[in-house]
Amino acid sequence: MNNAESFAELPVAPKPPLRRFHQARWDEPIIFELSAPGRRGVAVPEPGAPLVELPGSVRRAAPPKLPELAQLHVLRHYLRLSQENLGVDLNIDVGQGTCTMKYSPKVNDRFAAAVAEVHPLQHDDTVQGVLEIYWRLERMLAEISGMSRVSLQPGSGSAAIYANIAMIRAYHAARGEGHRDQVITTMFSHPSNAACAKTAGYEVVTLMPDADGLPDIEALRAAVGPRTAALMITNPEDTGIFNPRIREFVDLVHEAGGLACYDQANANGILGITRARDAGFDLCHFNLHKTFSTPHACGGPAAGACGVSEDLAPFLPGPVVAFDGESYRLETPPASIGKVRPFLGVTPNIVRAYAWIMALGAEGLRQVAETAVLNNNYLMHKVLQIPGASAPWDRRRVEQVRYSWQELSEETGVHSEEIGVRAADFGVHYWTSHHPYVVPEPFTLEPTESYSKEDLDEYAAILAHVADEARRDPEFVKGAPYNQTVHKIDMTPLDDPKEWAPTWRAYVRKHLS
Amino acid sequence: MTHPYIPNAEPGVRAEMLAAIGASGVEEFYADIPADLRLDRPLDLPAPLVAERDLVRHMDGLLGRVTDTEQALSFLGHGCYPHYVPAVCDEVNSRSEFLTAYAGEPYEDHGRFQALFEYVSMMGELLEMDVVNVPTYDGFQAAGTALRMACRYTKRSKVLVSGAISGDKASKLRDFLAPDIEIVTAPVGEGGEVEVESFDDSYAAIYLETPNVYGVVETRGRELADLAHAHGALLVVGADPISLGVLAPPAAYGADIACGDIQSLGIHQNHGGGQAGYIATQDHEPLVAEFPSRLFGIAPTKVPGEYGFGDVFYDRTSFAHREEGKEWVGTAAALWGITAGVYLALMGPQGMRELGETILARTRYAMDALAGAVTVLHRDAIHFREFAVEVPSSAALLAALREQGIYGGVPLDDRTVLVCVTERHSIADIDRLAAAVAEAVRNPADAVQNADVKNQETL
Amino acid sequence: MTGGLVVGLVVNPVAGLGGAAGLKGSDGADVQRAALARGATPRAGERAARAVRTLLSRRPGVRLVTVPGPMGEDGVRAAGAGCDLVHPPHAGPGSVTTAEDTRRAVRALAGVDLLLFAGGDGTARDVLDAVAGLGGQAPPVLGIPAGVKVYSGCFAVSPAAAGFLAAGFDGRSTAEAEVVDLDEEGYRRGAVGPRLYGSLRVPAARAALSGRKTGSSGTEPATAEGIAREVVARMRPGVRYVLGPGATTRAVGRALGLATTLLGVDVVELAPGGTAEAATGGGSAGGRLVAADVSEAELLGLVTGRPAVVVLSVIGGQGFVLGRGNQQVSPRVLAAVLGGRRGGDALGEVLVVLATQQKLAALKGRPLLADSGDDDLDRTLRGHVRVITGYRESTIYRMCAASEEYDG
Repeated sequence: MNNAESFAELPVAPKPPLRRFHQARWDEPIIFELSAPGRRGVAVPEPGAPLVELPGSVRRAAPPKLPELAQLHVLRHYLRLSQENLGVDLNIDVGQGTCTMKYSPKVNDRFAAAVAEVHPLQHDDTVQGVLEIYWRLERMLAEISGMSRVSLQPGSGSAAIYANIAMIRAYHAARGEGHRDQVITTMFSHPSNAACAKTAGYEVVTLMPDADGLPDIEALRAAVGPRTAALMITNPEDTGIFNPRIREFVDLVHEAGGLACYDQANANGILGITRARDAGFDLCHFNLHKTFSTPHACGGPAAGACGVSEDLAPFLPGPVVAFDGESYRLETPPASIGKVRPFLGVTPNIVRAYAWIMALGAEGLRQVAETAVLNNNYLMHKVLQIPGASAPWDRRRVEQVRYSWQELSEETGVHSEEIGVRAADFGVHYWTSHHPYVVPEPFTLEPTESYSKEDLDEYAAILAHVADEARRDPEFVKGAPYNQTVHKIDMTPLDDPKEWAPTWRAYVRKHLS
Repeated sequence: MTHPYIPNAEPGVRAEMLAAIGASGVEEFYADIPADLRLDRPLDLPAPLVAERDLVRHMDGLLGRVTDTEQALSFLGHGCYPHYVPAVCDEVNSRSEFLTAYAGEPYEDHGRFQALFEYVSMMGELLEMDVVNVPTYDGFQAAGTALRMACRYTKRSKVLVSGAISGDKASKLRDFLAPDIEIVTAPVGEGGEVEVESFDDSYAAIYLETPNVYGVVETRGRELADLAHAHGALLVVGADPISLGVLAPPAAYGADIACGDIQSLGIHQNHGGGQAGYIATQDHEPLVAEFPSRLFGIAPTKVPGEYGFGDVFYDRTSFAHREEGKEWVGTAAALWGITAGVYLALMGPQGMRELGETILARTRYAMDALAGAVTVLHRDAIHFREFAVEVPSSAALLAALREQGIYGGVPLDDRTVLVCVTERHSIADIDRLAAAVAEAVRNPADAVQNADVKNQETL
Repeated sequence: MTGGLVVGLVVNPVAGLGGAAGLKGSDGADVQRAALARGATPRAGERAARAVRTLLSRRPGVRLVTVPGPMGEDGVRAAGAGCDLVHPPHAGPGSVTTAEDTRRAVRALAGVDLLLFAGGDGTARDVLDAVAGLGGQAPPVLGIPAGVKVYSGCFAVSPAAAGFLAAGFDGRSTAEAEVVDLDEEGYRRGAVGPRLYGSLRVPAARAALSGRKTGSSGTEPATAEGIAREVVARMRPGVRYVLGPGATTRAVGRALGLATTLLGVDVVELAPGGTAEAATGGGSAGGRLVAADVSEAELLGLVTGRPAVVVLSVIGGQGFVLGRGNQQVSPRVLAAVLGGRRGGDALGEVLVVLATQQKLAALKGRPLLADSGDDDLDRTLRGHVRVITGYRESTIYRMCAASEEYDG
């Protein structure tokens, strides 16, 4: 018998329009503050053999000041931190545009775990299954890009761009054209193209967008010449605009003796629709953690793939997998640029990407592309109804859009980053890295194929709500976040050498001593 | 059927969305792609395995054709090491929240920032250095970047690199430092340590690795630091952090930059997919300015007692200034940083010391055990985890051992094999290796013949 | 941050009047009277009030100091705030204020930590004049955009942004921002073109938030040094380099260790025995100042019959490269530099344009403009020129004759 007084009624009322989210807030100390001398998290096997005496020149003088915790407490600490983090599995992750945040099927993690205890230098005979996955994935990516060969060695998209530049450099050197010292890119190609080219010693010529938001082809005509090593271009660019004259760009560079290299970081909307080689490109790269669904892992491990034409194949990073019809072997291409990372590649992610394509097939990949593009255009339709939001250049978009809050910002003084932080109070991401800063007050949304219409409606509703808040009470938005693990951070000490604390020991030295 | 990964492929919702946009079909969205660039046929890919069960069967079939280092007794190392991975490490790095996150702000992704800050902080203690980066791709990249940092810092373009590094790492360095930086290789002496014959003011840095590619612990770090500094150059040391519970950290003998791979710290071998690089320096602003990778630091929040985090000295990175950045920043190996942090928290100072002692002792035990049958190189040097042996034929010996279910080591050349021993190997495992090596060396013909037979069987 | 900061405010109450009345500017009493006659209402005070509201809500402890009436006090009161008043000698009779009133007010407020002023480019010029007279005692300033023409870098992008930026000012970190203004007479006739008048110290755009990306003021990220390094790296011995006016070209002088002028045209070359490497590597040892602040005739003499390269920066928001504030680089000077060569390639060899990527992007695809005073020459300059945007970094950008771009 329950004598308590009733204070609520059934049925439960409908949910409010916006989710009442609050991020986990464990108020967790820094792990060093949890330490107590003598505690242990894991024990180590006894030597079982005589100890080795080290001379003073190489012996550690004092034990490292690592924290000392029992196992449960290490686990608990990190699980709490994990709860204070959002991943694709937990939110409508459309706000990290250019990064293609899509669902990474759980079953693929199981396949990845199956190679956990495989050593990369095992004899080929003992890893035929792994080599076959490399071979098969290479063939599939060759078909998707139209290229002849594909290296799966790079550890990320940027590393793949760098490998492509290294091949371009080797190709020209082999033809006695080492004097080609300029790389042409565009303002809205991914910034890594410029950064990698510069690291590789090239001078970078960046084509600006014309009035239509496309790179100026006349400028390219003026830019190409005997010093041109390559054009490195993303298409669709980070604006989401597909350059319809891409073939002419490639031809102009070819006529000048340069190579054309296609950054396919934004390939998710064009899988099975158009291919790099068919537009005349000599090299391309994919980000397997973007388009091919391997998880982003807080920023890696990722994986990249470099596709090349027949002419560039001799320069591929080595080794690559060869198949003689019966067994798989490793071999190094004749003019290989060498290794771009240790061993064969980021195998767990190669396995995941392979499994992902196998679950989709040709028709599935096309559905991925078409749905990613549909989702993007649907979300754009919703976002552009929000007063103060715009999409610079009145043009068609493929799989993402770089929007602008310029109007809202000029009216309210609230910046795009601040809107993003406030939006996170409703349980979604929205990141603010949109370099170059050409579109004012930018935000870039890329809804991929993974999200439902309801997800997109919810996301747009959150943005509309925050934009409205910015008009009614800009101070409130600027004071965000409110429903997060921590409150608004004062970033100023991070730029001051006297105050910055990149490690706990620096913090203790500067602020606690 | 609507694919389980693509909710809006369902025809009803697709039509509803198109209607909302006012588009007749998805084709409209592709109107900017010229007809001559369109693929006019379906991609030629294998038939899909949409049902998860079918996919599992297919993948099990492929992955079943692998014999991993749990099934065989492996002594393979050479850059990727079979250390024991505590279960808590796997538990944490397989959490969805970490595994599927990317680059959220330090609010909704506070956990990632704190976990990575703690990782760099624990590395800082191990290294006795105040500045450690969020992981770069791997130890190769870390060495390349550390040397580029040294060149930018000293405004010089020549480096002296230890000859006792792996051939693959040397290849990567040549590629990454070309064309503007000259690499001079320092020879390896009889004892297995590097010897610096000449050095002058044109060098930006000396790159020393310890333990080196032969497992030899370099003992002249202080001497080389003094030499470098006398010429206005830096000492860059590649060191595996797993060794630093017992070995002096590079900073202790004067290194300016430390770097290396952290795969040893709680990360499975992953067929080479578990690599991640660290770079560390003291808190010296001009050197900090040369880090291309992100650095996370503590910042206060509005609320007393709350730790916030953010990027230290943000303008360095290629995100902020494209062509003026120092190299590039992108997705690298953050999850392995978090994992290594978990590992160091589990191990603590005592664990790291005991682990080092066990590895030192077992390495020495294995060297002694094999010395009866083959020539152990650099026997008088201190070894950590690896040692090289000279054998009549690397391929024949390793084939014979493989017959016994043993991956005996990595062939460095036709007659040199590198053997790796960690805490994962019991004394009995080492004895079994020694016995098998002795047997193979005693009866080389049998061994090779057996190997040939086996090869034919697999063909 | 709380309190401590003393912020001054000067409002040009007639700023923006002409724009509303379709007069393309508000300079001159006649224009102002005409505007008022056309029913224009002053809006500068309202915009200043907006900035003040934002400033005080972000930083309630700020002490405001201003001058009485419509030149400041009214705006503060409209924001519902209090302020201290200073009383500059009032010169102009009646309700229409003059440029001299603005200058007097600025001088009267010289002791503040930061001076906000509401107006347009013309007002910025008046502030510049007054500040120049104050020398090292001058406070940093920040413009609240309220005029018809707001092309100078010293303005925030909106009144609210000015308030936020002022609230975040740490009292120390400043950046250099250019003051440009159009010739209104020409502007009203359709011949648009700004010229550079000088530079002001403005609060450095502080990182607003976590990402700490570009801030809110109109000032650009400091890439002038990178551009200058690249220019110096490209310099060849025996060639004379004509540096036009502007902060970026002055940075080139700095990179060469030379005190070149902001507003004048200077001629430099690599020092005898100097090399580009020495100049860039060693910091600043490699240059020689051939002549500073030259006249057109002097310049012609210095470049005739010898290899020369003209280095110009983009002035203001419309993309003018030639003919605005650098009239010394005249048609005959350009003809001498070209030395009879014709066409885009020749041009690329002798004309180097400097601009940040942001500045070019702000043109939204419109071309750079040449208005040398000789239509024929301008037309020969049309084509694509190399624009240096940073160290080891450039772009190729379209240039055309101003007369073509503004035809009709």
